[in-house]
Amino acid sequence: MDKVAVIDYGMGNLHSVGKALEKVSTKTKVIVTSDKKKINNSKRIVIPGVGAIKDCINSLKSEELLEVILENVKKKPTLAICVGMQILLEKSEENNGITGLGVLNGEVKRIPNRSDIKVPHMGWNQVEQIKDHELWKDIENKSFFYFVHSYSCFSSNSAIAMTEHGKKFVSAIADQNVFAVQFHPEKSQKNGLTFYRNFLNWKGEV
Amino acid sequence: MPVAKRIIPCLDVDRGRVVKGINFKNIVDAGDPVTIARRYEEEGADEITMLDITASSENREIVYKTVEKIAGEVFIPLTVGGGIRNISDIKTLLRSGADKVSINTAAVENPDFVKEAADKFGSQCIVAAVDSKKRIDENDSWEVFTYGGRRSTGKDVLAWCCELEEFGAGEILLTSMDRDGTRDGYDNELNKSISSSINIPVIASGGAGSLEHLVDGIILGGAEAVLAASVFHFSEYSIEQVKHSLSRAGIKVRLINN
Repeated sequence: MDKVAVIDYGMGNLHSVGKALEKVSTKTKVIVTSDKKKINNSKRIVIPGVGAIKDCINSLKSEELLEVILENVKKKPTLAICVGMQILLEKSEENNGITGLGVLNGEVKRIPNRSDIKVPHMGWNQVEQIKDHELWKDIENKSFFYFVHSYSCFSSNSAIAMTEHGKKFVSAIADQNVFAVQFHPEKSQKNGLTFYRNFLNWKGEV
Repeated sequence: MPVAKRIIPCLDVDRGRVVKGINFKNIVDAGDPVTIARRYEEEGADEITMLDITASSENREIVYKTVEKIAGEVFIPLTVGGGIRNISDIKTLLRSGADKVSINTAAVENPDFVKEAADKFGSQCIVAAVDSKKRIDENDSWEVFTYGGRRSTGKDVLAWCCELEEFGAGEILLTSMDRDGTRDGYDNELNKSISSSINIPVIASGGAGSLEHLVDGIILGGAEAVLAASVFHFSEYSIEQVKHSLSRAGIKVRLINN
């Protein structure tokens, strides 16, 4: 049976990602793991992430998972979620500036303060699909997904979806075998589960 | 358009059962938390909040089990509160499947706890709950209460909410003790006073009894989200009805066919 590895590096509620994948998985075994061998043996990987980007990167370093991720991201269908997406970008201005893995084009900036919007951007917002993709199958354009973040990527060559909170930002990026989302599919009810099902069926070729 | 306003049904849970009281008293049974949570998700709830009103140490295991069951079946954010005293309580709840925790008494008694929790788990999962009571002798002034509304603290609600934002709380769950369970509507003077002074979201709570009250909480109170219990538990209004009424009032909401 093919496996999908949800990379566990001790940050936040990874189990909800695992549970949502299990809910829709028919042919894939879901494992939540920090074991390098298991990650290397999996068919596809999921990089979750919540909290501060610096802590996420430090935990990945201390668990010696950064290289494993870089290695796997080169060849397997990969889904990166929230801070998981931000880690893959070039850099972030959070925590006084952090260098990302540079797998995806774009950088992360603080959502600008404005009197009419709240930060964090927390709650349900519409995801505008600016390009077609297999992962949007059975999901209507401008469907609602659940977000929670204070930093965003505002432009990327590989942007595939945009969302507006005060200002438009990149809510999903797709580049070959890598798909990255700022929202949380595991908290986005039916749309989120459909999205995960699409990911498990996706060939995601390089 | 910015983010949609949220409707959050609240489950007050006592020893594994959903209950509802008036002014934090006169408790009646309203059902099984997992069944109710699933129904709310189906109807279009944007999040679910579960408050353990017993909050006693011997009850913790039941709470963790309930959280685990809800999280395994319901794929919208789940906030859990009641009796959270330390980092290890938070860790266990997050591991059981909660997405956010709501901290009340422990935050007042040890403000560093909020900082520590926000640093460790991220602001997105720290909801600061503030139980507020109007000061009789002053206008536009409210006092913070702890221990489920039993203990006065002398703290001013507005000043406290500003501090909580500084400490890294991601949201304020603002409950009016004067209105809780009365069904007279939210205290929108309170909501407006806080929501216009801080930059993090305010969740209005305490007093919702009609569709208009929920609309008012957002339009008059400036709340990002409205929390209610009794209006939903006894199926007087479905969440779907509430959302349609908000939508008619020109408020952006996530309708379920979306």
